[in-house]
Amino acid sequence: MRKLALNDEILLTVEKPARYIGGEVNSIMKDAEKVDIRFAMCFPDVYEIGMSHLGIQIIYDMLNKFEDVWCERVYSPWVDLDAIMRKEHIPLFALESQDSVKGFDFLGITIQYEMCYTNILQVLDLAGIPLLSKDRTKDDPIVIGGGPCTYNPEPISDFFDLFYIGEAETRYRELLDLYKACKKDGVPREEFLKKAALVPGIYVPSLYQVTYRDDGTIKERTALLEGLPVTITKELVKDVSHTYYPEKPVVPFIKVTQDRVVLEIQRGCIRGCRFCQAGQLYRPVRERSLEMLEEYAVKMLENTGHEEISLSSLSSSDYTKLPELLDFLIEKCEEKKINISLPSLRIDAFSLDVMNKVQDVKKSSLTFAPEAGSQRLRDVINKGLTESVILEGAKLAFEGGWSRVKLYFMLGLPTETEEDIQGIAQLCNRIAAVFYETVPKEKRTGRVQIVASTSFFIPKPFTPFQWASQCTKEDFLEKAYQTRTAIMGQLNQKSIKYNWHEADVSVMEGIMARGDRKLNQVILKAYQKGCLYDAWSEYYQHDVWLETFGECGVDPDFYTVRERMDEEIFPWDFLDCGVTREFLLKEWHKAKAGQVTLNCKEQCQGCGGARFQTGICVKHRK
Amino acid sequence: MRIRIKFAKYGAVKFIGHLDVMRYFQKAIRRAGIDVAYSAGFSPHQIMSFAAPLSVGHTSEGEYFDIEVNSFTGIKDLIGRLQSVMVEGIRILDAKVLDDGEGNAMASVAAASYLVTFRNEDILPKGWQDGLIDFYKKERIPIIKKTKKGEKEIDLKESIYELKAGPQKTSGTEVYLLLNASSGGNIKPSFVLESFFQTIPFTLPPFALMIHRLETYQNIGTEEERRLVPLIWEK
Repeated sequence: MRKLALNDEILLTVEKPARYIGGEVNSIMKDAEKVDIRFAMCFPDVYEIGMSHLGIQIIYDMLNKFEDVWCERVYSPWVDLDAIMRKEHIPLFALESQDSVKGFDFLGITIQYEMCYTNILQVLDLAGIPLLSKDRTKDDPIVIGGGPCTYNPEPISDFFDLFYIGEAETRYRELLDLYKACKKDGVPREEFLKKAALVPGIYVPSLYQVTYRDDGTIKERTALLEGLPVTITKELVKDVSHTYYPEKPVVPFIKVTQDRVVLEIQRGCIRGCRFCQAGQLYRPVRERSLEMLEEYAVKMLENTGHEEISLSSLSSSDYTKLPELLDFLIEKCEEKKINISLPSLRIDAFSLDVMNKVQDVKKSSLTFAPEAGSQRLRDVINKGLTESVILEGAKLAFEGGWSRVKLYFMLGLPTETEEDIQGIAQLCNRIAAVFYETVPKEKRTGRVQIVASTSFFIPKPFTPFQWASQCTKEDFLEKAYQTRTAIMGQLNQKSIKYNWHEADVSVMEGIMARGDRKLNQVILKAYQKGCLYDAWSEYYQHDVWLETFGECGVDPDFYTVRERMDEEIFPWDFLDCGVTREFLLKEWHKAKAGQVTLNCKEQCQGCGGARFQTGICVKHRK
Repeated sequence: MRIRIKFAKYGAVKFIGHLDVMRYFQKAIRRAGIDVAYSAGFSPHQIMSFAAPLSVGHTSEGEYFDIEVNSFTGIKDLIGRLQSVMVEGIRILDAKVLDDGEGNAMASVAAASYLVTFRNEDILPKGWQDGLIDFYKKERIPIIKKTKKGEKEIDLKESIYELKAGPQKTSGTEVYLLLNASSGGNIKPSFVLESFFQTIPFTLPPFALMIHRLETYQNIGTEEERRLVPLIWEK
């Protein structure tokens, strides 16, 4: 029987001990003596969040398919266990073997959002691994980062030995083989890192130096060794239908956020919304074949016993064979009483018909993401959703029996005016009016429920808005107040509920998103002062963060409120995400002029993605 | 057709709570390809009844639940299929087709037997075993029990059907308890032992007890004259 790293007393003291015991259905056990590489794969947040992440499941499956590798999982201990582990000097362990992470060959950390940066330090700290890459020795694992935040890895460059830029499926085998060869020959850690820096997609931050101008912007970036790549191009899977995908995902004992089979139907997005980072990073859009998806859906349901399957993609409605896939799933799932969950579907006659088949209309709600309140501003952000499309969709839905609508908007978008904010309220009001016009009195079961939510716009690297200024906390709150007042002034205001996101954490996320190497010391110090679980509003300490910026002599506004000049060198410019800077700059200028850009299906815009010779870029040219 | 399944829970999975064990079995039944019956309505769920919930941290070799199936390929096949999809720490021990008149697992529970051991025997006061036997021999054991509505006095003696102190199954110091486990009168083994140690007086430190459920029983006799048999038994 497996021996646990934590004793009974601790496990009976902490909340949800099942977070720490491993042993779940489909988790992989191997003989530690018979593998060459021990790999700890970490999501630096609590188990329920980390276990819901598809990327880790794909990597876990892939690495464990390699016979010489044992990949295990690591998550952030929750605050209760964190305190006990520090007090009793218990080292952080991997779930499967319950062995200390310190003894592993690799610690891989997926970095999905900026507000997990202090949790990265927590994981390293609890594992007994020096927080700074330069302090690590042969007794420490190689710490490698991946995921969307590595498209600007500079704020956390001191904490990582390597970053893997792009999709994991392509280069791990090569990197691991290099590691094995170096280990066998007794090659020192620094030498391995130098060799790894030559593997495509791998970035070794310690081998590059950055110098700054007096105004704080970047002057120059130089490689410290000859022969190192000047730019690092993201890795990408060319054939997404013939690659790694888990047939047997791990089934947690406790309820996690994503407690279902997740079927990733495509990567990338054709839309090109100008605020969206994912829409640029994962270009070109690549669809998985219908045959593959059907096969995996059946296998994953059989192997997990889950009662729900969810389609995953940035815009499911754009998947070419969606009707065929849904027909297949509806038939398979009906006999086995399995629910189908359909996020990110455009509301139209087709999707309403499908949702009518798979959901309880009375209980479910419809979601629209207009993102901005006026057509003018929607053109600025290139969100190709018009008011008439929204109102038509709402009308169809109300006729079909739905009476709950969710609407998502952003506040603080570039060029936003008070009129645009008024537009949010007016759009909500018009949707409510459509309900009362469409549904006769005798058929209504109460009021229509409209929930409008606003988040605050945060400019991200590798988007056309990477040059844009971000609002201050005060601006954000003023805009939320204006939105609330505008909604209160509407005729149907009693049918509209309004929520807004927290402003201070949005400011901090903005700082991290476009930060440079100067932020490493700030993050380190904030962590040492007790910042942890910053993504959890109940633990986020804005005051401590601001205080730390002051102590480090770093001005947070430098990263947010400043509008960048067209020619400024950004901290992430040495990375190549596939989309060219010229394209992004053209889009930024078009945005300011209120001009829309057609999507990839309509017309190629020459973004740069075509050089990968795959997906829509190939299809388009046929 | 209704089927009752008996299982054991041990090792690391003792930290999985009752509701999660239910979810675990719902998924396991799907993985095993058992033709389980579902309730009607828009969100159908498997027709399932669990016997007595087991507290987090306890182990057991006497857990039960019932399922309803549309078709059935035999007890041996069912046990084999289920066992093949279990995790380490949960073992299918037995299964049986229920007769038409038999109540469901949850409603059938009358009593449960436990083996209690101490994480650290050295801390216990000398002669506690004799004290425990004396405690049990009393005519009445009036005790204050906290309930959802407040506190009430109960006679603990009525709920202890059997108590033995001393080596039973394994070597070492242990206590065997057979306790009322019915929905109206369930008594936890820790409550019995804590109540006893308070009379010495001695306060057990947290997590002093390790509790293992041996069996769950139904009463096939009457209220007055109990006849306890396991939830799966051969007449």
